[in-house]
Amino acid sequence: MPKLSYLKALNRALGDEMDADPDVFVLGEDIRVAASNLTAGLFARFGPERVLDTPLSEQAFTNFATGAALAGLRPVVEFQIPSLLFLVFEQIANQAHKFSLMTGGQCKVPVTYVVPGSGSRTGWAGQHSDHPYSLFAHVGVKTVVPATPADAYGLLLSAIRDNDPVVVFAPSGALGVREDVDFSTLAPIPLGVGRIARTGSDVTVVALGHLVHDALAVADELAGGGVSVEVFDPRTVYPFDVDGLAASVAKTGRLVVIDDSNRTSGFGAEVLAIAAERFELIAPPRRVTRPDGAVLPFALALDRAVQPGRDQLLAAVRDVLTSGGRG
Amino acid sequence: MSAVDLYRTVRLIRRFEERAIEFVRSGEIVGGIHPYIGEEAVAAGVCAALRPEDLITSTHRGHGHVLAKGVNPARMFAELMGRESGLNKGRGGSMHAADFSLGILGANAIVGAAGSIATGAAWAHRRRGRDVVAVSFFGDGAMNEGMLLEAFNLAALWQVPVLFVCENNGYATTMPVAGAVAGSITGRAKAFGIPAFTIDGQDPEKVLAATTAAVDRARAGKGPTFLECLTHRLDAHHTFEHRTRLTYRSADELSAGWSRDPVEIQGARLTADDREAVNAEVEALLDAAAGIALGSAHPDPAAALEYLYASPEVMH
Repeated sequence: MPKLSYLKALNRALGDEMDADPDVFVLGEDIRVAASNLTAGLFARFGPERVLDTPLSEQAFTNFATGAALAGLRPVVEFQIPSLLFLVFEQIANQAHKFSLMTGGQCKVPVTYVVPGSGSRTGWAGQHSDHPYSLFAHVGVKTVVPATPADAYGLLLSAIRDNDPVVVFAPSGALGVREDVDFSTLAPIPLGVGRIARTGSDVTVVALGHLVHDALAVADELAGGGVSVEVFDPRTVYPFDVDGLAASVAKTGRLVVIDDSNRTSGFGAEVLAIAAERFELIAPPRRVTRPDGAVLPFALALDRAVQPGRDQLLAAVRDVLTSGGRG
Repeated sequence: MSAVDLYRTVRLIRRFEERAIEFVRSGEIVGGIHPYIGEEAVAAGVCAALRPEDLITSTHRGHGHVLAKGVNPARMFAELMGRESGLNKGRGGSMHAADFSLGILGANAIVGAAGSIATGAAWAHRRRGRDVVAVSFFGDGAMNEGMLLEAFNLAALWQVPVLFVCENNGYATTMPVAGAVAGSITGRAKAFGIPAFTIDGQDPEKVLAATTAAVDRARAGKGPTFLECLTHRLDAHHTFEHRTRLTYRSADELSAGWSRDPVEIQGARLTADDREAVNAEVEALLDAAAGIALGSAHPDPAAALEYLYASPEVMH
């Protein structure tokens, strides 16, 4: 079977959907020449009105996309840098997201925001290395973080077809992931439905995006010691597949979440809160996250020190396996 | 549009606003409103130049814009009162009034935000081969919002059929223009290559004439035009001022504003009989509208988050 890379999968999904639906168009900075490769080949195929190169004016072109959506088009906005989402939080959280309710359901705002290269890209320092998916989930914007090429393809397709604003975070650590794919099986993947990336029986690890691959590696390592780790990839942060996680935890009784965002009020905190309200756990759950209020430092060793990694996950899994009174 | 029709619009907006202020005082409207009194000629003149399929985006001071674009006053009153029969089913209120069937993409409570929304919508219609023009209304305060200046750039670069209508009423809440805007308001639009004109915003016919020229230009594919309409806000920034008694302008200034009341300027062009007939017509319309609104149901609290998503089936 041919190998498909994660970034190529996003590119393919966008091109396929632009082919299928003339109302879909993409706009953003440096997309004509495909600076990130997300839009590679699309300008030649679809021309300047469907691949709209914008000036550096994020706030205006994000609202421009909302206006185009209100007029019946389906814009896909590419952001080259995740931290630009802070600049356009108003336009997404306070404008696009609120139009449906504020107008009493008179309109829809089918805009997709794609960030190909979210999180640390190593060496990009404080203002280029955020991974702000928790913020969008918090305000109720549909938020997707695919882990694999097939999921990246299928979830981007569903995001574009969805009638609400959807943010698709493509972690930089996942962009190079390749997998064997039978292209004929590539299909839309519904938002809000997680998947079991690896089955296991002793502990459930919840991981997103590139961290799914770290969780799988840790599971492999622990398997050698006789520990069976189940890896649950929710794929969509919001809405979150509570039922899928419940089924996994019902089997394992133990829970660890690894989350590449800051600790307080982050996605990891939310998963633990869901667990506290809904699940019968054998041991207290754990979360592996960036530290509170973290800003990514530049130096490589410091950058790595702030991001959640395999060693911390390994320690957290061992911890939940040995703690708790009912095991 | 005839002189009588323009008068009907300014009179309708004025009396709607006066009644809405009464409803704020009686508690039927919760939270207050931003009165448009004194600025009616802008909405009336601009919207008279538009076709039904043309688009507008409005502001926190938007009642006049949506009434001039043709909304049903009963549904507008009902929206202000938070009733289920309101334009937005009571979910938007004064600062978010929208009627997509009339091309009203909504009032927007973030100053300067809608300039780029109108630009995107107008661009999208042109791309689909439709002969639609969009108007974005905003105040002088918006001229200091960066995202609006970004929108000017996009509209001019891409020759989008959009009109930027600045209602310069002299104040951004209490901040006078002279204390807020460096350089000139039209100069900012001209810097992007957008033709920009300062016009008398108290005379509906002058506003109509300037807007018609700008709309013709947009439909001819020549891109955006900027109109600075000099006008006067003759009531409060928001009805909370009626209680807090903010003082930031003199009695002389206000009385000078009232000497150029757009309702009187347009009314003077009618015969006494015609004017009286329009006034009676407007009162009857608003009596009926207020009655319908007051008799409308309140939304069910259980439906507080209805319409949050256009695709709710995805949510759990």
